[in-house]
Amino acid sequence: MEIALAIGLGGLFGIMLERIGATDPNWIGRMLNLTNTHLMKTIFVAIGTASILMFGGQMLGVVEVGHMSVKEIHVGVLLGGAILGIGWAIAGYCPGTGVCAAATGRLDALFFIAGGLIGAGAYALSYPFWEEIGFLNGEKWTIGEIPGASYPAALPDLPITGDMLGIGIGIAFILIAILLPRRLVGKAAPVTDTKAEPAE
Amino acid sequence: MVLNWKIGGPLLGVVFFLAVLLVQPIGVSTQFVVIDGVLWERNAPGLITQGPNGGWTSTYPYFAKYAKDIANPVNYSVIFVAAMMGGALLSAVAFGRIPLRERFSPALWSANFRTGWIGRWVLSFLGGVIVLYGARMAGGCTSGHMMSGMMQTAVSGYLFAFGAFLTAFPTARMLLKKEA
Repeated sequence: MEIALAIGLGGLFGIMLERIGATDPNWIGRMLNLTNTHLMKTIFVAIGTASILMFGGQMLGVVEVGHMSVKEIHVGVLLGGAILGIGWAIAGYCPGTGVCAAATGRLDALFFIAGGLIGAGAYALSYPFWEEIGFLNGEKWTIGEIPGASYPAALPDLPITGDMLGIGIGIAFILIAILLPRRLVGKAAPVTDTKAEPAE
Repeated sequence: MVLNWKIGGPLLGVVFFLAVLLVQPIGVSTQFVVIDGVLWERNAPGLITQGPNGGWTSTYPYFAKYAKDIANPVNYSVIFVAAMMGGALLSAVAFGRIPLRERFSPALWSANFRTGWIGRWVLSFLGGVIVLYGARMAGGCTSGHMMSGMMQTAVSGYLFAFGAFLTAFPTARMLLKKEA
């Protein structure tokens, strides 16, 4: 059963990453050099939609709160994120989109995966160092207190519960996507430019 | 042709929601460590060892965390990544037309670098090293931290996104000046 779910969900995720253009380094590059925010809009809407559905489902009792999995916050999250950001801009791939891009026949993505295996292995060997200097210790905070979950809240005294806050943030993310300009630097692209806003 | 964000965004969001509803939040970068372990074990057995109680461990602390998965790699998360590749392939065959030149080097990189496709492959490799080193230090990547984390209002997801964009925007602005 679990294997069937892995195939179904993984397959859907792969299809969607390809369909939104995330497996195409050109779209990642246009997002990161701020010349086309289309992919950013897609991601904002996706996070917002997922958040509203998940927290809404939890409030209605149809989504198991125990399925949540919040990661620890520590110095390594910020430093590791900053390191990843550099490689992301250089390659135009992140781990998930890189493996999917390789599957779509992009040869450069195969080299990204090879590099990724080296990078992950290098981290595995250097892990004791980061552990020792205390960069990896932290708690699994959520912003608000989520009913039924045992995660500590970063803001425990909010007037609303963490799941209501999650729905609010989800709506805000969708609004940001709507309000976000098509490009953030340089002159505006012509409306007829199909690259700026895919019609499909 | 890429889906418009008004359609692609909600659909991608539904996939992330279904993953949490049915199993667990989506994550990818951990599997690079598992595959590393499997490759290592295949070429030089002894990375992971089975204790007297049947549990798997390793003398390398980081691989010890994933020793069970390395011993039995046919599990949910590895199949998930394999299925992702299958889904992307199906989708590309059905909808995408990626030109041959694009498969060697994406247009935006061809426009900005005069190094040809070998240069692109080197950049892609280097990017891969940096991305996965950072992702493992952070404890997740764009899927696990940014998407899955922020949708759960995890503070770590926001910190990760802040760190990633803090360097990704300036790096891309410097490297990718020409548009394509």
